[in-house]
Amino acid sequence: MISADIQTILPEIALSVYAMVALLGAVYTIKDGAASTLVWLTSGVFLLLAAWIATRQGAAVPAFDGMFVSDSFSRFAKVTILTSAAAVLVMSETYMARRNLLRFEYPLLVALAVVGMMVMVSAGDLMTLYMGLELQSLALYVVASLRRDSIRSTEAGLKYFVLGALSSGLLLYGASLTYGFTGTTLFSGIITGVQDQPSLALLFGLVFLIAGLAFKVSAAPFHMWTPDVYEGSPTPVTAFFATAPKVAAMALFARLMFDAFGGITGDWQQIVAFLSLVSMFLGSIAAIGQRDIKRLMAYSSIAHMGYALMGLAAGTAFGVQAMLIYMAIYVTMNVGTFAFILGMERDGRPVTDILALRMYAKDQPTRALAMLVLMFSLAGVPPMVGFFGKLYVLRAAYDGGLAWLAVAGVVASVIGAYYYLRIVYYMYFGEEGEKLDAPTQPILGGFLLVSAAMMVIGVVNLFGIEPIAASAAASLVN
Amino acid sequence: MGNLLSLTTFIPLIGAVILALFLRGNDVAAQRNAKWVALAATSATFLVSLFILFGFDPANTDFQMVEEHSWLLGLNYKMGVDGISVLFVMLTTFLMPLVIGACWNVETRVKEYMIAFLVLETLMLGVFMALDLVLFYMFFEAGLIPMFLIIGIWGGVNRIYASFKFFLYTFLGSVLMLVAMVAMFSIAGTTDIPTLMATDFPATDFTVLGLTIVGGAQTLMFIAFFASFAVKMPMWPVHTWLPDAHVQAPTAGSVVLAAILLKMGGYGFLRFSLPMFPVGSEIMGPLVLWLSAIAIVYTSLVALVQKDMKKLIAYSSVAHMGYVTMGIFTVNQQGLDGAIFQMLSHGFISGAMFLCVGVIYDRMHTREIEAYGGLVNRMPAYAMVFMFFTMANVGLPGTSGFVGEFLTLMGIFQENTWVAVVATSGVILSAAYGLWLYRRVVMGDLIKESLKSITDMNGRERAIFAPLVAMTLLLGVYPSLVTDIIGPSVGALIGQYDTAQAAYEAATQVAAN
Repeated sequence: MISADIQTILPEIALSVYAMVALLGAVYTIKDGAASTLVWLTSGVFLLLAAWIATRQGAAVPAFDGMFVSDSFSRFAKVTILTSAAAVLVMSETYMARRNLLRFEYPLLVALAVVGMMVMVSAGDLMTLYMGLELQSLALYVVASLRRDSIRSTEAGLKYFVLGALSSGLLLYGASLTYGFTGTTLFSGIITGVQDQPSLALLFGLVFLIAGLAFKVSAAPFHMWTPDVYEGSPTPVTAFFATAPKVAAMALFARLMFDAFGGITGDWQQIVAFLSLVSMFLGSIAAIGQRDIKRLMAYSSIAHMGYALMGLAAGTAFGVQAMLIYMAIYVTMNVGTFAFILGMERDGRPVTDILALRMYAKDQPTRALAMLVLMFSLAGVPPMVGFFGKLYVLRAAYDGGLAWLAVAGVVASVIGAYYYLRIVYYMYFGEEGEKLDAPTQPILGGFLLVSAAMMVIGVVNLFGIEPIAASAAASLVN
Repeated sequence: MGNLLSLTTFIPLIGAVILALFLRGNDVAAQRNAKWVALAATSATFLVSLFILFGFDPANTDFQMVEEHSWLLGLNYKMGVDGISVLFVMLTTFLMPLVIGACWNVETRVKEYMIAFLVLETLMLGVFMALDLVLFYMFFEAGLIPMFLIIGIWGGVNRIYASFKFFLYTFLGSVLMLVAMVAMFSIAGTTDIPTLMATDFPATDFTVLGLTIVGGAQTLMFIAFFASFAVKMPMWPVHTWLPDAHVQAPTAGSVVLAAILLKMGGYGFLRFSLPMFPVGSEIMGPLVLWLSAIAIVYTSLVALVQKDMKKLIAYSSVAHMGYVTMGIFTVNQQGLDGAIFQMLSHGFISGAMFLCVGVIYDRMHTREIEAYGGLVNRMPAYAMVFMFFTMANVGLPGTSGFVGEFLTLMGIFQENTWVAVVATSGVILSAAYGLWLYRRVVMGDLIKESLKSITDMNGRERAIFAPLVAMTLLLGVYPSLVTDIIGPSVGALIGQYDTAQAAYEAATQVAAN
């Protein structure tokens, strides 16, 4: 029994052991001197794990009496999380080293956060859920304030911590209500206890749980921390925030809704639809006035979470499939975009003002073109792959009886298109301004180009992601 | 040649990729090469597309030369042409080499300019050939990107405002269509256009927020598609992006915009609105007819007072598109034939009008009507060409402009006399602004000092205008060339529309009893 359970969580154990051994090893030897090696090693470990998890087959395996579930849904999420985390780590090395930020704790904290995320997406119990969530959050609070001598960065870490603690509190409160009224913390137990006519207090619990999770996915109106944390954190950390944790939180959201509250879809559907609506509009409108590209990307991510939630709100297997595809596409676009942002430097110092991009296309036509593709993809303009993400969630919302949400979503996407266009405008036909340095990091350029190329070539078949996402969704919704 | 249509569609894109990957440098030689590559690619496209025209069987009203491959999400990559679309394909391939020729004088970022036009051609051809809803939408929307860049990068002083307005306006219209497409996908379970054309979408009345929607889902979907196509056409009152876009766009951009991009709206009505939502079209039809009549009169009056030549022609385009929408929603043979004919003829004439403006703009760098006068003294050939197209624009018998206007007016007289009366007055107004423009620019004595050294059209310009003049005349004196090809398909469309209409009326009768 136990050995089978251990088998199931072997990837998580392996990553935890790696993180701890590497931590101890580095502390007792050359400390920061090992940082660069550790970055590469950690992302190598991520990729190995991703490959391992991807090749694991089979139906859902509940471990530890159902507290931990390994199914194709969690595998999909884990592979996405691990590959995006690996990509972000590799991208960040030079940036961190130049700013004297490359400490050996950084890759290891990221590794621990990733362990937390892997536990989150596999959670089959409110306790596991909370453990995973906190492990992830604590690691993230620390990396947010990695730049210890910067007020902005410290502020970002502190804000993130205080608001994150608040959201954990909400989540715990909801969990305790749910436990109180169903008598169990196991999702499989909750779902049998929660059918047809749930009591009002239980719905209260549900609302608090959703509010807590909405904080983590930064869905409006629980988004307030996002712009400040994105802006204050060192850019590689921001890139990390914008990718893997979002996938993990969305996957956890879906898992909780379907595994624990799958019997009362109608009750949470409205709440999620509301979150989706508000996020799409807030993200689209608030980003218009931003000049800092990191803040802009923060609002953009809020809007994108709104679209992903639209898939979830449909409450169907197709909706979950749409959400997973949307997240995978979103992560790919964001990795590319942040690869671009990480390369924005003037006199060796990072620049985040979008005015710095004026007439960028003249000096760097290839990179500007890649960024143009990514911007149109983020805006959801065909033929870029970003459009297909939107198409999937719109279809899901319509089929789920939320035609009004689909209409609202496309209207928000027009508003959102404005600020993506604005970046293209600065790059291609703005006035001449102070120039950015020529790019010095081929790795970043590589990520940017690959990501942009994927957004175009993906039109052919979305790299075969569709059936994988479908089987992942089928394993969650049954 | 099983994939003739794909070949035609993607030749320009291949040209663009070749330019992007293999052409280095920015010297004069590189610029010249870019232009020649683009010209070769567009010419090759035209030659290949001739096979489509000659291989096309007008008597067959089904889609021809169909190619089909499965794609993701149950979508298909499906291309095909019928009598309605084949001539739009030809219009596009015919005009693009001329467009490339018209931008021979561009000197800034030539390579990118050529790439933008080549990509745009692929997308436009795709729009007219796509037989899958989402594939159509992809081509339709993607066209915004190169056009946004063409206006934004190579446009005039106020280009930023114009490009954003162009993009956001048309994007807003299109995304509503996207929602309707998702709904159709959901109802019919397929995005295959021929299947959808045969699908009866639900038309039972229902109530939303206390509002009874006559025609139910069909009306709503019609409105969603209408939002997109009306903006694209553009119809009054959502036409305001067009004058801005035209004035700021470079000459070649204006030509493409007026001659081809606007036709996508009309094509959309014919391909989607009429066959797929006959009930919705019948309910909303009268409104569209009146909007068209207003467009014809109102924009003609607005055109009268313009000081900028391009703006004047832009408004005249809106007016002429009014005839098109009017003809389409009469849903009879003359009206539809006339609408398609008008679109094709307007493609040649408005394209040529913008080229005419381009000729003198290249020399004087102003589009103000005030700045000109008496050009006939130094530019006799130009005066001749300009007069020819002004007359064609006015609708002089013998030119293609006449046939289109006459047929649509004949169609509308059978349908709604009052609209016909209003619309006919537009013919007089178009003569007024057209002739007046001509008099102010070309006639009179050459008194302006700056014009004293202006030169007449050179060989390149003559070569661009010659095919346009020929086509305008040819279609003017021998319109059956077009109507023979479109006739059967239009007939089939009308037959299907009337059947659906009769079925709906029978159903409502039963319900009422």
